[in-house]
Amino acid sequence: MASEALGWLGVPLAIAAGTMRGGTPFLFVSLGECLTEKSGKINLGLEGTLLTGAMSAYAVSYLTRDSLGPMLAPFAGVLVAGLAGMVLGFIHGWLCQQPRVNDVAVGIAMIIFGSGVAFFFGKPFIQPSAPLLPTIDLLAWTDLPEQFQSAVKISPLFVLGVAIAPLMTWFFRSTRWGLFIRAVGDSPDAALAMGVSIFKVRMLSIVAGSFLAGIGGASLSLYYPGVWTELVSSGQGLMAVALVIFARWQPMQCLWASLLFGGAQALGPALQSVGITQGYYLFNAAPYVLTLVIMVITCSPTRTMTGVPGALGSDR
Amino acid sequence: MGAIPTNFYGHCPLRVSSVNRKFRRLRQDLTCSSPNYDGRTTIICSIIRILESNAVHNRRILSLSRRQVLRGLLATTAFGVTAKLGTGCSPNGAGGGEAAAGGDEIVIGFIYVGPRDDYGYNQAHAEGAAGISSLPGVRIVEEASVPETAAVQETMRSMIELDGAMALFPTSFGYFDPHILQLAEEFPEVQFLHAGGLYEEGVHPANVGSYFGYIDEAQYVAGIVAGHMTKSGKLGFVAAKPIPQVLRNINSFTKAARSVNPNITTQVIFTGDWALPVKEAEATNSMADQGIDVVTCHVDSPKVVIETAERRGMFTSGYHANQADLAPTGYLTGAEWDWTSIYTQYAQMFLEGKSLMNGEIDHLVRGGLADSFCKLSPYGAAVSDEAKAAADAARDQIIAGELVLYEGEIKDNSGTVRVAAGQKLEQKSVELESMDWLIEGVEGSVGS
Repeated sequence: MASEALGWLGVPLAIAAGTMRGGTPFLFVSLGECLTEKSGKINLGLEGTLLTGAMSAYAVSYLTRDSLGPMLAPFAGVLVAGLAGMVLGFIHGWLCQQPRVNDVAVGIAMIIFGSGVAFFFGKPFIQPSAPLLPTIDLLAWTDLPEQFQSAVKISPLFVLGVAIAPLMTWFFRSTRWGLFIRAVGDSPDAALAMGVSIFKVRMLSIVAGSFLAGIGGASLSLYYPGVWTELVSSGQGLMAVALVIFARWQPMQCLWASLLFGGAQALGPALQSVGITQGYYLFNAAPYVLTLVIMVITCSPTRTMTGVPGALGSDR
Repeated sequence: MGAIPTNFYGHCPLRVSSVNRKFRRLRQDLTCSSPNYDGRTTIICSIIRILESNAVHNRRILSLSRRQVLRGLLATTAFGVTAKLGTGCSPNGAGGGEAAAGGDEIVIGFIYVGPRDDYGYNQAHAEGAAGISSLPGVRIVEEASVPETAAVQETMRSMIELDGAMALFPTSFGYFDPHILQLAEEFPEVQFLHAGGLYEEGVHPANVGSYFGYIDEAQYVAGIVAGHMTKSGKLGFVAAKPIPQVLRNINSFTKAARSVNPNITTQVIFTGDWALPVKEAEATNSMADQGIDVVTCHVDSPKVVIETAERRGMFTSGYHANQADLAPTGYLTGAEWDWTSIYTQYAQMFLEGKSLMNGEIDHLVRGGLADSFCKLSPYGAAVSDEAKAAADAARDQIIAGELVLYEGEIKDNSGTVRVAAGQKLEQKSVELESMDWLIEGVEGSVGS
């Protein structure tokens, strides 16, 4: 049972916990979108991928809870979520590379398609309770109050996401495959001259990015908040796509931005719990206000949009 | 072929309807006219006939090629699958086609703002609707996940025009103004019954009625249980928006708990909307961090709150429907709706020919525990015998009419007297239906 009240200390604690709890889906989707956009195509459909991932993860975890046991079933769910994301990514990757097809338009269609698929197949899974992912208790060995204990119950997916961010930075900067992706994204003609297949590179980037977004969905339904409902994402997939621009197409900055947005989600409720009851709509809007402020501060007429892949938004 | 007079072309307006109501909404009138009256045409038209049993075929002459027709049908299907399946509509009862207006069965439409199996508000209504679908002479049509926008007008319109609904139950609070009011003006012969407290005599059309339960009576009893079970003396209430019905629940719950121990406080957190799973989970976690040990809520789907609270080792008190399965150790009790009895009464009145317009159905239908508009979940394993006894006593007093929830003197949480000493507010009173204050002992404010 909960012991002492934390008072004001609860606010930073809630924000810190919120970064890890609520930031994970942002992290995966933004990393996936970063990979996709580096190859020169945009995938707005990740909102649909997120929902499909959340639904399939929850469904698989629920359906396999007896055959695999409650420990393994959620991990099977995570894997299937990623695979489901890959299928959607494949459709997007193929469609948006057809002649005279606009990737933004296809992406919007994929949002509708992905969420439609998730809602259709997800109906029977709204009610049942699926086994959730186990958490890693960092402070289990200490005598700290229960509040701190639960704040640092972090998900293995969060650890995975945090590991992927620097790996992806290294991948883009120091590997031959990373170079291919950057080349295709910045200058498709040069890549073609190098003998790189633009179609294949983009397809692989989009599929891999969608795999990550699917896992982000699994984190929503199997870790936090840990349910499958049709409103579970509430636009987080789209926010994560915007977050990539905010992060200037750099994986490590995607990590910080995701943590920021995750923590900001906890701000409104946490402030109300300590008696700041006015303006909760304003606090709920905090992440957006923050984005605007940072965009205004960092923008400059001399070096606009540094880091944007050259072919992004063009039809090449 | 230009010489052929226009009346040569027979028209077969095809409403692709019996397949899916969504098709009907598209109202795709495919006009068939073609001079090639060959085997190919027969194949196409047999396909179409399968899709549409009651289409009027005057003369089957197609100007569209088979490929065009198939492509159109495929596109329509794809559109239906992607954009519309999320709304999960399903006409219940036998064959959608034959039940246009007329006939001896009545059609009643139910519209929900979220999914029908959300462990919450919509599930409670859908269970009520399912309860009347088996009545003879009644057919129900349902649509779930309809947002509180112009979309609900379209849903209502298609239920009236295409399904022949004679009464509609749009169950969400935000459907009323302006959506129901507009449609009610347009279709004066259809009855619109809204779950909520918004009908005003003389202001609103005669074919609009409202029904709602005083579920705060059930919340009061749940508050008695919570007051007995809390150890820290701090209760939590995760609420969506500060509207009167939510505030009544918060105040009744708190008042009951404070009748057990006057030092108990209730922390309220408004999330800002009816279904925000992440915010609801954050709110519950914040409450746990603040030492709150009993949590209840008023959001569309309490599942997130109840499950999160269970994980944090808190007691929970449910809302809307029974959530005991979600929290086997911490679930105390819960305030549940009991719509089946209400909807059955309405259906009986419709079948007897009574209506809002001829004055035989009341425009305002209200009731509490005594009229079985609401009920309590069975007590959970953790509830002490003392708490059970006190709660049962309170419930019996409410049912007997001996206990008036809002009997003065009652102050709000800023110290202003809201109900004067000696004053008794009946449940139906306007003061309660338009409540905009939080009772003494609640930590929170109704400002946004």
